[in-house]
Amino acid sequence: MYTKDGVSYFILDGHTHFWDGSPANQINRYGEGFIKCFYDYHSNLSPEEYRWTLEEFERYPEERMIHDLFEAGPDDMAILQSTYLTDWYVNGFNTTAQNGAMAERHPGRFIVNGRFDPRDGENGLAELERLHERWQLKGVKVYTAEWKGASKGWKLSDPWAYRYLEKCQELGIRNIHVHKGPTVYPMNRDAFDVADVDDAATMFPELRFIVEHVGLPRLEDFCWIATQEPNVYGGLAVALPFIHSRPRYFAQIIGELLYWLDSDRILFGSDYAIWQPKWLVEKFVDFQIPDDLQGEYGVLTTEVKRKILGLNAAALYDVKVPGELTVPRGAGDSGPAVGAAPAAPA
Amino acid sequence: MSPEEAAWAALAQVRDPELDRPITELGFVARLVTGAGAVRAELRLPTYFCAPNFAWLMVADARDALAALPGVTSVEVVLLEHFVAAEINRGVAAVSDFAATFTGDTEGGLDPSLAELRSTFERKAHLAAQDRLARALIAAGAEPAGLGALSFAAAAGIAPEAAEAVARRRARLGLTSDHALCDDEGAALPADRLPGWLRFARTVRVSIDGNAGFCQGLLRTRYGLAPSV
Repeated sequence: MYTKDGVSYFILDGHTHFWDGSPANQINRYGEGFIKCFYDYHSNLSPEEYRWTLEEFERYPEERMIHDLFEAGPDDMAILQSTYLTDWYVNGFNTTAQNGAMAERHPGRFIVNGRFDPRDGENGLAELERLHERWQLKGVKVYTAEWKGASKGWKLSDPWAYRYLEKCQELGIRNIHVHKGPTVYPMNRDAFDVADVDDAATMFPELRFIVEHVGLPRLEDFCWIATQEPNVYGGLAVALPFIHSRPRYFAQIIGELLYWLDSDRILFGSDYAIWQPKWLVEKFVDFQIPDDLQGEYGVLTTEVKRKILGLNAAALYDVKVPGELTVPRGAGDSGPAVGAAPAAPA
Repeated sequence: MSPEEAAWAALAQVRDPELDRPITELGFVARLVTGAGAVRAELRLPTYFCAPNFAWLMVADARDALAALPGVTSVEVVLLEHFVAAEINRGVAAVSDFAATFTGDTEGGLDPSLAELRSTFERKAHLAAQDRLARALIAAGAEPAGLGALSFAAAAGIAPEAAEAVARRRARLGLTSDHALCDDEGAALPADRLPGWLRFARTVRVSIDGNAGFCQGLLRTRYGLAPSV
C-alpha cells in the first residue's frame, strides 16, 4: 500500500519479471541482444539513482526483487509474467515453473501467469492444462514475436491460437496478456500491428485481452481497437516511465488512453526489473496533466489513479481489496464519454 | 557541392517510414565515406531488434538515393548491429527483393506488400500533418467548425509551413486535393466526419512524435551520444 497526502492506494503491479538474461543462460547472440535491448530501455528511461549495471540487470537475486517490489517499493501484490524464449536462453528467460517456485516462497504476494505458444500444437494444449492445474492460472502472457525454430512469430488470429484461447476459456483462464514485438513473420506487415487482437477479442468476448505497453509503438492502433472492443485493456508498462524523462508526452499518452478507453481498462505495470515500482508509483500519484493540456485531456483524479494503480487489475484477478481502498466502478472518468467511437478515419 | 555533401543531401531524402523523419536527422547515418565514384554509408538503429521490414526499406532507399547521384558508380550501404543485418545487407546489395531475401519467412509475401506497408505509414504521416495544420489554423484564428470547407490554397495563406508539410505527404501518397483537410482519397470531410477525423489525427500525431522521441533517446543510450538540442 502506498499513502500520500492522506490518500492510500492499493498497488497491484500488473507486469513483473524474475528473469535470467545472464551470459551463462544465453544460447546465442539473440539472447544477448534481447537483454541488452531491455537494458537500454532501463538506462534511457530510469532516473539516475535507479540505474543498474548491465551485470546487475542481467540477473538479480530473489531478495533484491522482493525488496524492490514490497519492502522499499509500494507493491501490495505483483503479477509474474512468464516469458520463455527457449530458443535464446538455455533455461528460458523466466518460465512458469521458475516464477511459481518463487511465488510459493512469498505467499500472498504474487500472481503467477502462465503462457502458451500456439505452435506447440496438441502437446502445448496438454501442457497448458498441466500448468493450469499446478499453478491455478488466471492469466497467461503471450509473446507473438517469440522464435520457434524456423518460425519467427505468430498471430493471435491464427487457427491454432484460437484452439488455445478456447482452452483458456474452458479452463477459466480469462486474462490474456498480449505482448507485441518485432515479429519477423509475416515480414511484409507491420510487426506491431494489433489487428489480430481485435479479431481474437471479437471471437472470445468472455476473455480479457490486456495489450501490454498499450500497443506502443502503435498507440493509435491500440486505442482504435480498444474503443470498439470492451474486453481489450491496456497495460502501462513502458508507457509510464516516460513520466520521468518526458512528462508532457506521458500526459498525452494517458490523456489519449482515457479518451479512447475508460478508466477501468488501464493497468499499472512496472515491467520490473526494467523499471522499479517505487519511483513509478511515487511520480504517478504526484502527476497531473499540465495546465495547457487540460483543455484537451482534462485532469487525472485520485479515483482514476487508484483504479489504474491496482483496483482494475484486482477486479480482473478476483483479488480482494480492503473496502477503504476501493472506488466505485466507472467512477472518476475524465473527458467525454467514450465508447461512442468517432467515424472511422480510414 | 562536394561528393560528400551531395551524398549527405541524398541521404537526407531518405526517411524512417514509421517516424516520418529523415534518417540523417534521426542520427541513423553512422558513417559516410566517399571517393572516386564510390560511396559507402553505414546505418545504425536505436535497437538490435528494430523491425526488419522498416530497416530494409531504409537501407534500400539509401542505396537508391546514393546510386542516383551523378558520377557515382559504386554504392555500398551497410546496416550495423541488427539481428538480421547480414540478411538485409546481402539482400539489398544483390538488389534482391525483401521477400526473396527472407524466403521461408514471408508466407509467399511479395514486395508489393512492402509497398503497402509503406503506404500505410504514409497515410499516418498525412493524418498527423493534418492535425498540425488544423492546430496552426485554429491558432491563427480559423473557426474549427469551418475547417472542413477550407480550401488548401486558403489554408496555405494562413499557415504556409504546416500546409507545405501536408502537401509533401500528399505528394508521396500521389494524392491530390483542393481541400485543406481531406480523407485518404482526397475527398473533403463533411461536418459529421470532421471531428472524428481530427480526433484520431491527434492520436496519430502524438504516437508518431512520441515514438520519434523514444527512438532518438534509445539511439543516444545505445551509442553513448550526447543529448540532441
